[in-house]
Amino acid sequence: MFSYTIRRLGALIPVLLGMVFIVFIMIRAIPGDPAQLILGQQATKESIQALTSQLGLDKPWYTQFFEYLGGLFKGDLGVSIKTDVPISEEVWPYLTATIELSLVAMLFAIIVGVNAGIISAWFQNSWFDYIAMVVALIGVSMPVFWLGLMEQYVVSIQWDLLPTTGRDNIRDPVEAITGLYLIDTLMAGRVDQFIEVIKHLILPGFALGTIPMAIIARMTRSSMLEVMRSDFIRTARAKGMKMFWVVYKHSLKNALIPVVTVIGLQTGLLLGGAILTETIFGWPGIGTYIYEAIGSRDYPVIQSGILVIATIFVLINLVVDLLYAAIDPRIKYK
Amino acid sequence: MAEVANNTPPIVPGQIQAAEEKAVSPWKEAWKSFKKNKLAIVGFSIVVFFILLAIFAPLLAPHDIAKQELANKHIPPSAEHWFGTDEFGRDILSRIIYGARISLWVGFLSVAGSVIVGSFLGIIAGYYGKWIDAIISRIFDIILAFPSILLAIAVVSVLGPSLRNALIAIAIINVPTFGRLLRSRVLSVKEEEYVTAAKAIGMKDSRILIHHILPNSLAPIIVQGTLAIATAIIECAALGFLGMGAQPPTPEWGKMLADSRAFIIEAPWTVLFPGLAIMLTVLGFNLMGDGLRDALDPRMKN
Repeated sequence: MFSYTIRRLGALIPVLLGMVFIVFIMIRAIPGDPAQLILGQQATKESIQALTSQLGLDKPWYTQFFEYLGGLFKGDLGVSIKTDVPISEEVWPYLTATIELSLVAMLFAIIVGVNAGIISAWFQNSWFDYIAMVVALIGVSMPVFWLGLMEQYVVSIQWDLLPTTGRDNIRDPVEAITGLYLIDTLMAGRVDQFIEVIKHLILPGFALGTIPMAIIARMTRSSMLEVMRSDFIRTARAKGMKMFWVVYKHSLKNALIPVVTVIGLQTGLLLGGAILTETIFGWPGIGTYIYEAIGSRDYPVIQSGILVIATIFVLINLVVDLLYAAIDPRIKYK
Repeated sequence: MAEVANNTPPIVPGQIQAAEEKAVSPWKEAWKSFKKNKLAIVGFSIVVFFILLAIFAPLLAPHDIAKQELANKHIPPSAEHWFGTDEFGRDILSRIIYGARISLWVGFLSVAGSVIVGSFLGIIAGYYGKWIDAIISRIFDIILAFPSILLAIAVVSVLGPSLRNALIAIAIINVPTFGRLLRSRVLSVKEEEYVTAAKAIGMKDSRILIHHILPNSLAPIIVQGTLAIATAIIECAALGFLGMGAQPPTPEWGKMLADSRAFIIEAPWTVLFPGLAIMLTVLGFNLMGDGLRDALDPRMKN
């Protein structure tokens, strides 16, 4: 297991290098002079030249690439053109905001999705099964940005129950410690703020979690149905075991492998969906960060922001692979 | 096969007519089981409905989609305007009908692009193996290492926002899906005896690939392709929503949503209907894809 982990980490290196290279090339493939594009039509020749050398664009591309790569190894993600702040410092609050939103969405998706799938399989062809599967089908096909808008209209505008945008009350902002506001507010002992943060999380969390929830529910159901037909389940039933334990202990454990795969894949996709959700709910996450950088042509931010998300995505996939062995001892990695 | 059937001797009356029992083709078999699947038929009908909508848009749309009548701004759904009007007084139903053209066009064309490029790369990687396989597979790994919508956004931010560039971006992100599919098919088909036989009689590689390996991979391509169209339509709408796809006044569904967001309080119908159209189309392709999977290749079911 240990050597397998090491080998998988080793195999990541070419992928990560390739990712850096692709993003690097892409930013440089933008037609026209980036310095000109950033500064606009009125820019003087001197200012364009100054920015060109600040961006290092006057050097040959391979020098630029290795300088960028060398910087990455030292944790240097470059400097934002717009704010002049190092990206490695600037990105942190955005990143934690996205992580918090994604965790909440995923937690919701797993709890509701897995249980709905289990109950659907347990009472196959019951009304619950039908309703759950129709909802799941619609959920899979739902554009997340539309769902978000509809939530805002019904829950925030019509019913006036929850806030439409942001992470916290603007008039009473949360003091960031870890960046995860749910933890920060509790550390500060501010229960009122904690509730406020939860209120802000519900709508975006639900919007972002709907698609993974639907997919997890469908996968859990089909995986459970397969396991529940096997001999050892019949044996467990025959010896008089309670159905609840048969379902939640024996079946679930064996049905979990494909579910975990899907959960892992969905966590990665969640990062993509987060970009859309964040723009709708004014969530100050990394999606908003990159999206705004695209608007202001802040190329170092676009480049490094995409790399940060992609690296997290790759790492999540690795963790999922390693989790298989933990869940199913039959899988042995050599 | 047909020639063989024609060469069978005419049936003489009184003889046992065993020759009439022809082998049913696997495609007919699949169609039979597809027809029995109610959800699949619902999906198929939705898809056909939107395709007809797209083809006959000029005949079906009750109003001119470009005509702006500010006097008719934000009219709620009524007999005259079934889905109401937008902030420029344009008929939303008509714009949604025309929007079907754009979404389906992007869906079909981008997936066709991904299938062609992906199949080509996948077949080469699987058949020739060695370093060619190593390079192509790594490229797939790298593309798949990005969350797809993020990569699409990155590609569009390089190429510039337009519907065509959105289509290209969506096609690129789907290439590895088909590439990996074909590669694994080739790897398994390559070991089949009929391929060995084809090689033994001196068939050229290109002929083996086109006449034996490709037809044997058609079923999973169709299934995956149908599901990929659903994703492509959502991605196209997402890019349009972010302002990185279709540009005004194109009646693209995602763009329509983005433009009417600001008016959600006074005119919620401007946001409701384009979203419903996206959802319904995507649902149609998803249901059809699921049905095709069950019908064409039961082993592909998870």
